[in-house]
Amino acid sequence: MFKAVWQYRYFILSSIKNDFKARFVRSKIGGLWLILHPLAMVLIYALILSALLKAKLPDVDTIYAYPIYLTAGILAWTIFSESVSRSLTIFVDNGNLIKKVAFPKLVLPIITFGTVALNSLVLLVAIFIVFAFLGHFPGVQALWLPVLFGVTLVFGMSIGLILGVLNVFIRDIGQIVPVILQFGFWLTPIVYTITIIPEAHQHWFDYNPMTHIAGWFQDVLLYNRTIDVFALLKFIGASMLLLVLGLFMFKKAAPEMVDQL
Amino acid sequence: MSILTVSNLGKSYRSYNSQFKRVVSWFGLPVKPAEEHWVLHDISFSINPGESVGLVGQNGAGKSTLLKMITGTLPPTKGTIQVNGRIAAILELGMGFNPEFTGRQNALHGLSMMGYSQGQIDQVMPELEAFAEIGEYFDQPVRTYSSGMQMRVAFGVATAFRPEILIVDEALSVGDTYFQHKSFDRIKQFQEQGTSLLLVSHDRSAIQAVCDRAILLENGYVIKDDEPEAVMDFYNALIAEKENSTVTQTKTEDGKVKTSSGTGQAKTKQVGLYNSKNQLAEIIAVGETVQLRVLVEVFEDLGSLVLGYGIKDRLGQVIFGTNTWHTKQILHNVKAGEIHLFTIEFPANFGAGSYSIQTALVDKDTHLTANYEWVDRAVVFNVANIDKNHFAGLLWQEPEIKIDRVSE
Repeated sequence: MFKAVWQYRYFILSSIKNDFKARFVRSKIGGLWLILHPLAMVLIYALILSALLKAKLPDVDTIYAYPIYLTAGILAWTIFSESVSRSLTIFVDNGNLIKKVAFPKLVLPIITFGTVALNSLVLLVAIFIVFAFLGHFPGVQALWLPVLFGVTLVFGMSIGLILGVLNVFIRDIGQIVPVILQFGFWLTPIVYTITIIPEAHQHWFDYNPMTHIAGWFQDVLLYNRTIDVFALLKFIGASMLLLVLGLFMFKKAAPEMVDQL
Repeated sequence: MSILTVSNLGKSYRSYNSQFKRVVSWFGLPVKPAEEHWVLHDISFSINPGESVGLVGQNGAGKSTLLKMITGTLPPTKGTIQVNGRIAAILELGMGFNPEFTGRQNALHGLSMMGYSQGQIDQVMPELEAFAEIGEYFDQPVRTYSSGMQMRVAFGVATAFRPEILIVDEALSVGDTYFQHKSFDRIKQFQEQGTSLLLVSHDRSAIQAVCDRAILLENGYVIKDDEPEAVMDFYNALIAEKENSTVTQTKTEDGKVKTSSGTGQAKTKQVGLYNSKNQLAEIIAVGETVQLRVLVEVFEDLGSLVLGYGIKDRLGQVIFGTNTWHTKQILHNVKAGEIHLFTIEFPANFGAGSYSIQTALVDKDTHLTANYEWVDRAVVFNVANIDKNHFAGLLWQEPEIKIDRVSE
């Protein structure tokens, strides 16, 4: 399975490159759009909510604490939701290609992985530039970022792969998941802090895996806090299990997939 | 050593009462599919290097399914496909072209999709560009292309590397005539270098002109695998087949196959070709006036009866054919038991070679509405050049050549 994929490495690279280029081949300011969308989102939330939440952000002395907090969370969420929503439709969207051209189907999730990773990196660079303007320079803990990036991507891709395989056979999944993602965004402490939730109910948020990921991004980008390595390892283990499950389902479903596209 | 071996290939589509049952079945739990629908049964054949094989069959016979399994996009339910070499398919030209990118970028991407490396692609790119002959457009976005230009690039991509097996769909007949010839030349060139060809077409003349062999699919079975003329004759009979109609094929003395089909409501009792001396003849001189005599017996009352005939060349292509519908000599309200003699006189203005005659008893101008009887190779005859000057070709055309000297 993986040997065949290696033979198609040029296709994978070419696809990632094309996906990136296609986004701004006919727009005037090109790549800037990649950055402008998430920044607009941050700006909107910052304007509306910053006054409300300022008092609740502890031990941070910059006046821009809230926008930075928000940006860190949105970065985590963007990586996750993009991995999920792109993987969700890879097989359905590429149905024609799968039916007409013989190539290992596993190439498709790998392309998605590369595309999301590239887009997220661009976003990260943009965020650092904005941080620099705000006079905020993340501390040494930011060295965790590559690990956090990887974990979020693998976690999102694994869930996306499972859902993407199921979506070929049960198309309702393609409709439900975006709605769930919307809820997920608001059920994760991204625009608000966990501290505004009554303490008795805070433990419910532990069941949301994205609470942890967003928390780690906020830790390293804003607070410069050490992250809980043990929790991170547990999370990595769980993501790997999900990935194995996704690959297993993909392998089982692959022969029947073409019939349903 | 064959280049493609298909053995006991079968394909079924499984449907489940609920898709959840399908998902459960992946995890090894015993769930029976609600229905298994078989579209291909026990297909076995093999193709040798350099051989070209035609694949024919009515719509829904299973041709596309078979092709998809050979190209590898569809997994077989049972049986195996063994391929020794690379397969290229000219089925969907321009699949996955992005209109915003240039021809070159799309060609590069398309080739990488076939699993080639950057280095290999760089090697063939100049040749591909030259082959497409679209000049500066090669570096313009594909959305500015005409459909013909897009076809040129797409065909160039599909055939940039010589495959061991080339699958060509009849959809190939696109683009301008010049480029069609160019594409055909390239296919022939591949063939000479040892590429096997699998041609899917309804076009009788294309199959007979290009293929060494033809395979006829019907309802998911291979029902005929023989030389193209025999298969195409059978196929022709098959598309007219209705209830209580039969198709039979018998070997004649020269090893060729004689096909007859039809409902049998009217039949030819005797068919013979007579020369100018009124003798039954097998060898005819070029230009000799001959008579085709067809004795027809009617077995059931018929509203109308039309006799058609066609003269076919060595390769089975009809070089002349007409019927009594077109000559406005339709027999109306014929009764059972009647016998009619049709005498058709014509000069045998053919080139030297072997010919055959097909006859058809039908109700209208085609055999598709009612086919009482259709016989291929009813008569086989040879034309010999006895008293004419040497000439080439299928047609004898008395020339009158005048030569004038127009200067000193």
